This record gives sequence, structure tokens and C-alpha cells, in this order.
Amino acid sequence: MKFVSEFRDPQLAANIAANIAHEVQAGRSYHLMEFCGGHTHALSRFGLNDLLPHNIHMIHGPGCPVCVLPVGRVDQAIRLAREHKVILCTYADTMRIPASGKLSLARARAEGADVRMIYSTQDALQIARDHPQREVVFMAIGFETTTPPTAVAVLQAEREGLQNFSLLCYHVLTPAAMHAILAADNTIQLDGFVGPAHVSTVIGSQPYATFSRDHGKPVVIAGFEPLDMLQAILMLVRQVNAGRAEVENEFTRAVTHEGNRKAQQLVQQVFTVRDSFEWRGLGSVPHSALRLRDAYQNFDAELRFKLPYVAVADHKACECAAILRGEKQPQQCKIFGTACTPEHPIGSCMVSSEGACAAHYSYGRAI
Amino acid sequence: MILQSHPLDIAHGRIEMSHGAGGRAMVQLIHQLFAQAFDNPWLAQHSDAAVLPALQERLVLTCDAHVVSPLFFNGGDIGSLAVHGTINDLAMLGARPLYLTASFILEEGLPLRDLKRIADSMAAAARAAGVAVVTGDTKVVEKGKGDGVFISTSGLGSVRAGIDLSASRVQPGDCILLSGSIGEHGIAVLSQREHLDFDTPIASDSAALHALVAAMLDSGARLRVLRDPTRGGLAATLNEIAQQAGVGMMLQEAAIPVQPGVEAACEFLGLDPLNIANEGKLVAICAWEDADQLLQAMREHPLGKHAAIIGKVVEDAHCFVQMTGKLGGRRVIDWLAGEQLPRIC
Repeated sequence: MKFVSEFRDPQLAANIAANIAHEVQAGRSYHLMEFCGGHTHALSRFGLNDLLPHNIHMIHGPGCPVCVLPVGRVDQAIRLAREHKVILCTYADTMRIPASGKLSLARARAEGADVRMIYSTQDALQIARDHPQREVVFMAIGFETTTPPTAVAVLQAEREGLQNFSLLCYHVLTPAAMHAILAADNTIQLDGFVGPAHVSTVIGSQPYATFSRDHGKPVVIAGFEPLDMLQAILMLVRQVNAGRAEVENEFTRAVTHEGNRKAQQLVQQVFTVRDSFEWRGLGSVPHSALRLRDAYQNFDAELRFKLPYVAVADHKACECAAILRGEKQPQQCKIFGTACTPEHPIGSCMVSSEGACAAHYSYGRAI
Repeated sequence: MILQSHPLDIAHGRIEMSHGAGGRAMVQLIHQLFAQAFDNPWLAQHSDAAVLPALQERLVLTCDAHVVSPLFFNGGDIGSLAVHGTINDLAMLGARPLYLTASFILEEGLPLRDLKRIADSMAAAARAAGVAVVTGDTKVVEKGKGDGVFISTSGLGSVRAGIDLSASRVQPGDCILLSGSIGEHGIAVLSQREHLDFDTPIASDSAALHALVAAMLDSGARLRVLRDPTRGGLAATLNEIAQQAGVGMMLQEAAIPVQPGVEAACEFLGLDPLNIANEGKLVAICAWEDADQLLQAMREHPLGKHAAIIGKVVEDAHCFVQMTGKLGGRRVIDWLAGEQLPRIC
């Protein structure tokens, strides 16, 4: 497969793995966080841990949109679908996030709520056009990658005068989450970041400078293919060995220094930063999410339907929070693989295939 | 005579509630559309059931329901799919398929030309496989209460003495074979349903596998079990066998055939070919000494020409199915959780 198989070449992978093994220093351990769920998934799917020396420890970061959405936000969406009888449109995995009262959007749908899974924001707009007598709400989740299409949808809805379309805007920001991890008062050893792939195509490599400059953490932006990951790990090992902390870009075929200006402009036009937003695992993080600008507040479903946000505590036994902060591995959670499985997720990390728990459960629990 | 004086308007007509009401319209539909398509001596008995000749071998009976959307897809349609799916259920037990029954649940408003196309395709698939649709039923539901057509089938076959295929016979050391490339049916249907126009259209692999199975049985290889990896794909089928047999499996990713088009579509949609449905493939497990012999027999048949040995049965108290990837790393191949959904970002 052109443009994919080149990045999965077994011989090249073996060469990079050999270089990593050669360059790691015995007696030193390397704790590297892959921020993105896409990287977590790739590590598990391609069995990359088997190719890494034992003193490299990969820590799974919070870059999985489904995993970081707190219960209270899912409750809010369910309330909207059930009590206000709207057509609630959302992306795939969001359907299965466990909410209060043993509910999820999928279960709410089974009980009669009109919840629809869509592939793109354009589908949500089409549903709004097709049902002018119904309120259609798009539950917009995701990091910087999924934000520009939401901005485009809002601008389109405005242009067309679509009165029955609005957003639950739960878009979140990557650098704010990285700051929160570094600011957390914990004792985890963190020697560097494998930086986001798709997020960085939008925001560029620029925003990561603060992590190397102010926190002394090397960042290597990497694509989601196995060779990308291995190469990025090698680059991180070299930085750590040399005592350097720089932002390096392994994913040069897609990521530039300043990112996608056009996309940034669209986002800037439609959204502004929320003062604070609650994340699962990280708690309330200042300036970490987006809301619609005042000029577009007609499209804000939280305002339109007067939906207050009520925070809800996670399930007592669930360790998602510690896992999302990189403090625990999935297998260290008491309910991992027993009470909490992909069929019956208790925590959000077991829902998406990019979630650390789901990736460990589906691909790695025998090893 | 009255029936012939009012021919169905197949080109423009649609299914109405009266086509299921037991009156003249229904009789007309059955005679002019179904009976003509399926034409055989048992249907010609004009009864609500068929009297079939006695058989000497053990009987194998199965039932199957078909609800595919869209009704017509690249490589087949709900009619041919219903025939192939039912025959394959019988074939996986080593049976020779003989007779089918078919119940149609039709949605009010369905164009008669679509129904005729489906019935004709079903009849052609049955004829090609040497089986007869010997009895059937028709019901009509109001518009909005169906999805065009649902077809429910039964299949009756017979199996020779000495053939006993069952997961319980699988043992550590056995070899796992696959009859060809995976994922085509699911991707063909999904891409058409979601209007994803790929430059290289992917066709469903829908096919009746009984002749391939007969060739495999004739090869003399000690076959333990056969399964067709339909919904849930190869991953679900292998996990099912592993659980039932109380064994583990170790696969080689590089040995599993996947067409480049399917691989690209899966990559694009964030899906795994191992979880995608097939309708014309089978998994065979046999004694390891006989694997080459079985592989050769499969490859000599047109439906098995890309057959491959994809792994081995191993001892494992957890009954895990694992795979060594192309890069050399190992991972678990799990059942699919929930529906197979595309990734978010």
C-alpha cells in the first residue's frame, strides 16, 4: 500500500530498533510519554514494545478525546437528547462512554433518545437541513485535529441560516493538557514526549517550545506509523543521552513549524478559550478547552437549552485518572480486565481503541 | 386465468400491503415473481410445505437471516447472499446442501423490479450451487417498518458417515488455514452504504463454498473444524474456535492475505481487516502433518487459489489468539468490542 507500507518496513524497523538498543545506556532508564492515543494504539497494534530495550518505558498520555471527557459532560449530552428531544449527532466511540446511572449515549438511544453516529460534521449539517422542524445538536469532541471541521460547520450553518443547528462544544487543547501533566504534583519520572501527529499538522511544532525551554523536556513530534514511532524514540534517547531538551520534528512530511494557518484562522474566528474545563484525570485545567465566540453563541447548545454543567465523580474503583496522568499502567487497576472490559467499560480509557486500557486489553494482555 | 389476465407491472409497480394480505394480489406476486424465478417440482406442488424424498445420510439443518443494506452491492445482493450464507452454514459441517426455504419480509413501497432482481439473483445462485428453493413465505410490513427486504432462509443438507467436524476436535499443534484474502464483503457493503467511492471498487467475496469443502474432504487430510468468518471477521471466528476447543492460537500476520484495496480502505477508515466480514472464505484447522496436502487441495479449487497456512494451534489456558506482526512484535487478536466503529481522529 503506497505511502503506508514504506513506514512499516520490517527491515528498517529492525535497523532502528538495533540503533535504539545500541544507544541506550545501561543503568539508565528512559520514561517517555506518548501523548496521543493514536501512538498508544500503534504501540500495541504493531507490538512495538517487543522491539524496545527493557529500560525504555512508554507512558501513555491523555491524548484520547473519548478518554478525557468527564462523566458530567456525557450526562449533559444524554440529558439534552432525552429531555429536550433533540437529534444528537456525535462521533463513533463517544456513544459508548459510561455515564451516570449506568447510561451511555448508546443505551440512551436504545431507550428511545434520537442519537446518531456521524462520520463528519457535514453529516450533522445535512441532518439539520433534512429535519428543519427538529433541533439538531452536534456533540463536538476532540483535540485540535477535529476542531477546524467544526468551525467550518458553524460558518456554513450561519451562511445557510440553519436555525435548528447547534453545538455542544467539548473541544480541548493539547498544550494545556501537557502543561497540566508537568504541573501535577506527582513523582513520575518523565524524560520526554513523543509529540502528537495529527494535532501538530494543525498547530505546528511551535507550541511545544515551552516544554523544552521551560520544563527541560525533549519533545519529538512523530507520525502514527511504526517507523515514525521508533525513529522518534531513537531521537528522544539521543536527546536524553546528550542532556539536550529540544523540540524535534520526525513527522516533517506533514508537520511544519507554524502548522496549518488556514485551519488556525478558522478556529480563531469561531472559537475562544474557556477559562477552565474539567478533564477526566487532570481535573479542572485552566484555558484548556474551547467555546463558541460571543458572535456565534446562537450555535451554543449549552446556552440555547440552558444546560448547566454538573461535575460527577468517577467510579470509585476506576483508575482512569491515574492512568491518564501517566502515574499508573492499565494492569495496575484492580478492575482492569475483570469488571472493566471493552464490552462493559467502567472507565473511559476502556472505551476507545486509542484508550490505554482498551489497547492493553485488546492487544497486549497475554504478554 | 384471472391471474394471467392481470400481469404484475414489474417495471413500475411497488409492493403494497395487499401483496401480503392473502388475497389475489398475493397469489399473483407469488406465481408471477417467485414461482417463476425459483421454478422446481417441489414449488410446483403449490402447497405451504414441500414433501421431499427420503435420505439415507445424516441430515444437517440450518437457518439464517439476511438484513443487508444496501440491498445491491458490488459483487452481489441480498438474494445471492442469502443463498451463499445458508449453503456455507451447511458446508462448514461437511454437508452437501440440498434444499433451501426462503421467507421474504417486504416493506411497503419496495419497487417490484428490485424484488424481481433479488429473486432472480437468488434463483441463479441456488441453481449454480445445485440446490432448490422448495418452499417459502411472504409477508408485507408497513413503510418504515422494514429495510426494503429481509430474507430468512433455512437450509437442509446431508453429511456422509465418518465426517465429524467440530471445534472440540482441535488440538495444540494443529495448523490453521485460510481459503483466501479477507475483508472484501464488509468493505464492499460499507463503502457503498456510506458512499465512499474508492478508485478501485472492492467487490464482495460472496460465494457458495460447498464445492471447495468437498474437495478438501476428498483430499484425505484430517480436518478438525471448518468455519466461515462472517460477522466479526477472522478475529471472531478464531476466538470462537479457541474458546470452544480450550486452546490458544499463534498467527503470522505476513501469511494472512489481504487485498491492497481492502488494506487501504481499512487504513483510511481506521478499521482492522481481521474484524471485517467475509461471505466467501473459510478457516480450516487440520492435523499439522496434513496441512500441505490440504493447502494443495484448496489451491486447486478456484475459491481457494489464494489459500494459506496462517498459524498454529498452541496450548494456552487463557485461550488467547495471538499474532506475530510483520515487524516481529506480538499482540493479542481479540473479539471485536461493540460495533466496529471508525476512529475519531
